[in-house]
Amino acid sequence: MSSILPQLLTGLATASSLFLISAGLTIIFGVSRIVNFSHGSLMMLGAYIGWSILTRLPREPEWFALGVLATALATAIIGVVLEMAVLRRVYRSPELFQLLATFGVVLIIQDVTLLLWGPTELPLPRPRWLRGFVEVAGSRFPLYDLVLIAIGPLVLGLLWLALNRTRWGTLVRAATLDREMVAALGVDQRRLFTSVFALGAGLAGLGGALSLPNASANLGIDLSVIADAFVVVVVGGLGSLPGAFLASVLIGVLQAFGIVLVPKITLVLVFLVMAVVLVFRPNGLLGRPQTEAREATVAAPVVRPAPPALRLLGAVTLALAVAAPFIVGGYYLTVLTDACVAILFATSLHFMMGPGGMASFGHAAWFGIGAYAAGLLLHWAGAPMPLGLLAAPVAAGLVSGLFGLFVVRLSGVYLAMLTLAFAQIAWAVSFQWVEVTGGDNGLLGVWPPDWARDPRLYYWMALALSVGVALLLRRALYAPYGYALRAARDSTPRARAIGLDVEGLRMVALVIAGAACGLGGAIFAYGKGGVFPTYISIPHSVEALLMVLLGGLQTVAGPIVGALVYTGLADILVRSTDLWRLVLGAVIVVLVVAFPEGIAGAVRRLWLRGREA
Amino acid sequence: MSVLSVQGLGKSFGGVQAVSGVSFSVAPGEMLALIGPNGAGKSTLFNMVGGQLQPDAGSVTLGGATISGLGPRAVARQGVGRTFQITATFGSMTVRENVQMALLSHRREIWCFWRSVAERFGAEADALLAQVGLEAQAERATGVLAYGDLKRLELAVALGNAPRLLLMDEPTAGMAPAERVALMQLTRRLATERGIAVLFTEHDMDVVFDVADRILVLDRGALIAEGDGPAIRANPAVRAVYLGTDAGSH
Ligand SMILES: Nc1ncnc2c1ncn2[C@@H]1O[C@H](COP(=O)(O)OP(=O)(O)OP(=O)(O)O)[C@@H](O)[C@H]1O
Ligand SMILES: [Mg+2]
Repeated sequence: MSSILPQLLTGLATASSLFLISAGLTIIFGVSRIVNFSHGSLMMLGAYIGWSILTRLPREPEWFALGVLATALATAIIGVVLEMAVLRRVYRSPELFQLLATFGVVLIIQDVTLLLWGPTELPLPRPRWLRGFVEVAGSRFPLYDLVLIAIGPLVLGLLWLALNRTRWGTLVRAATLDREMVAALGVDQRRLFTSVFALGAGLAGLGGALSLPNASANLGIDLSVIADAFVVVVVGGLGSLPGAFLASVLIGVLQAFGIVLVPKITLVLVFLVMAVVLVFRPNGLLGRPQTEAREATVAAPVVRPAPPALRLLGAVTLALAVAAPFIVGGYYLTVLTDACVAILFATSLHFMMGPGGMASFGHAAWFGIGAYAAGLLLHWAGAPMPLGLLAAPVAAGLVSGLFGLFVVRLSGVYLAMLTLAFAQIAWAVSFQWVEVTGGDNGLLGVWPPDWARDPRLYYWMALALSVGVALLLRRALYAPYGYALRAARDSTPRARAIGLDVEGLRMVALVIAGAACGLGGAIFAYGKGGVFPTYISIPHSVEALLMVLLGGLQTVAGPIVGALVYTGLADILVRSTDLWRLVLGAVIVVLVVAFPEGIAGAVRRLWLRGREA
Repeated sequence: MSVLSVQGLGKSFGGVQAVSGVSFSVAPGEMLALIGPNGAGKSTLFNMVGGQLQPDAGSVTLGGATISGLGPRAVARQGVGRTFQITATFGSMTVRENVQMALLSHRREIWCFWRSVAERFGAEADALLAQVGLEAQAERATGVLAYGDLKRLELAVALGNAPRLLLMDEPTAGMAPAERVALMQLTRRLATERGIAVLFTEHDMDVVFDVADRILVLDRGALIAEGDGPAIRANPAVRAVYLGTDAGSH
């Protein structure tokens, strides 16, 4: 008993922090249907701004409170700017483009923060009252954690009042239930959305500032927090505030006890909870089914085989690619090999996401599983490269199929978030299971055998494999299977009514996508001579999304174009400027706003228009 | 021997009893119309027969075999084709490809990863499209079709399954009156030629009285009358709850 109570209190303090960050995320989603990837960045800004304000104020509690509120106000204002500059322009775009735009914001905020506050962690000097303890059940419990525990329910209460006792709250609740209805009522949606976004951003900033006494302002907050917040929001049910609170408490307490009982797998534990909840309650604890009215109204353009001119262009590009080692060498050959891997990475994601209609925030999981399969086989069994290249797609395909068993029935955002959760599990395993995977240091010495050491030969091998697989995937998309997969995406009721096995089609798509991606991971591993947890990181998953969405979902050539453009762009950027995140982020935001159907889609539209004129 | 036989079918949503105690059967080649005011439970009934919804009570048999409890896919495999009240078609495909999908599924060629769809059943698809008068639109994107043409396409897709039973939920909504009669007379001919049993709902009474062999009247989830055109027209209960609101206009 004596050890349970403090642990419970620790869990509740964590829960309060989780709730502050997820409350804003869930309210914003409820009203605007936007999954705001940059919500963690707002919290990070809150931590930094809070640090700047609090270190300049007197150390008394009342000044601390004032500083924290001022921080919340500042981030709320930043939220308003963000909403007006970026989000407002993408409300009508497809869900994934919105996500991409908000990820562009993540990148921008990262570099801006780095520029303004520098790379070192900024801890908040803690005055005596912040270091105080109280006696709880015989052990010392931090006073500040008690403050945090009180703040969670307090914020929930205030939000509840705002939502249920004001006209603004009525509008927010109505918009959460039925956006079209509010539009029909003639409410000024813009102001409603802006105000909601400001509130969410303010809550995130509040959370950031309040996290300072226990942690510090650092550049890793954004992505670690957003993963946690996704979990909370999904477990609670998208758009449900009480759900977010319930989930925060559940996960906070679980984490607190998990750390004591099974310290090695706390990360895994949290995501397992999420998986279990979603399997039994596909809409989260208190969520309601998502209406997908918007998807239905946007008719996807007809997919037709590429026109002859485009095939010619493809053939010329391929010829150039084959001849490349005679023209360029050294560094550029490495970039080209990376581009081959990128093609596998992107085409495999496109396969499940475009025609399959199953978006993934965690595609890097399959990449990493393939890479680790090859690396572990070499490291522990001395298996030769060909075996590794074979084992990688098999392993990734198998795990992907296993994962699919749990998720094929889920739809839309939930599926995407569960893929993120799964990728985080895979990452946690690779990171924490040091004895087997080498942990953070990775597996080294994963080199190809002597005959393939020549970079030119290795490049050709990578090219042959990636182009070969890309062509196979393309073939499958124009075959009955690919059409049926697309049919299930276009209209699930119709697909079932003509006898199509929708779940089966999707399962197979997941397996194929996982396997192709795993092959890419293995090629990458041998090319770099090592396997590291970063292969499975969130930013790497987002790279796959970027490639696919840059190229456009609706064309088969899209992901290839996207992979090449992204690899080239990233390479040029990284070499030419320290602020590559800033530039890349800005490019993403501009592209999403300007070309909602991707590069290949936009080119195709212009091409068709040119021919009709 | 009837194709479809429905016994004591019931379904409620929360507190709303959408359908209760409905029994009827349809013979091969017969056109059975199901009419009733908005919210009477017609679509709910269709969805229970088609497997989209599971009934709370009662049973559905097709050619003597029980199909209630099966999902929509299994029901389709048993030879049930259907159209939806809100048209459901594959928007990223051409009109012809929509029909090809039904043919590919019916011939069990879906799990093929190699052969191009363009080479499969194009002629058969065109023949089905010609029957519903869409042959000129075969190459067009489904997304740009007029609503009436979408309804026609759905019929062609349903026929691609070579159905024993055709379920048509408001097949002529969105069409001009002349087109409606033409489409339903086409359906009538197909039903007779191929011995397909047809169950359909329709709000246009002219169409109903013109093509239906028999008419069922549903009100607040329960069957209140059954018979041929003249009998239904004369039925006082029907006039009261249904035609009473509408009789003047037809
Ligand atoms: N999924 C559902 N959830 C809750 N209630 C439903 C659902 N589907 C139908 N209902 C209700 O069941 C009743 C019957 O609806 P149904 O759609 O079957 O009527 P209908 O006869 O097809 O009407 P219409 O002529 O407008 O198409 C209605 O009261 C409707 O509101
Ligand atoms: Mg209906």
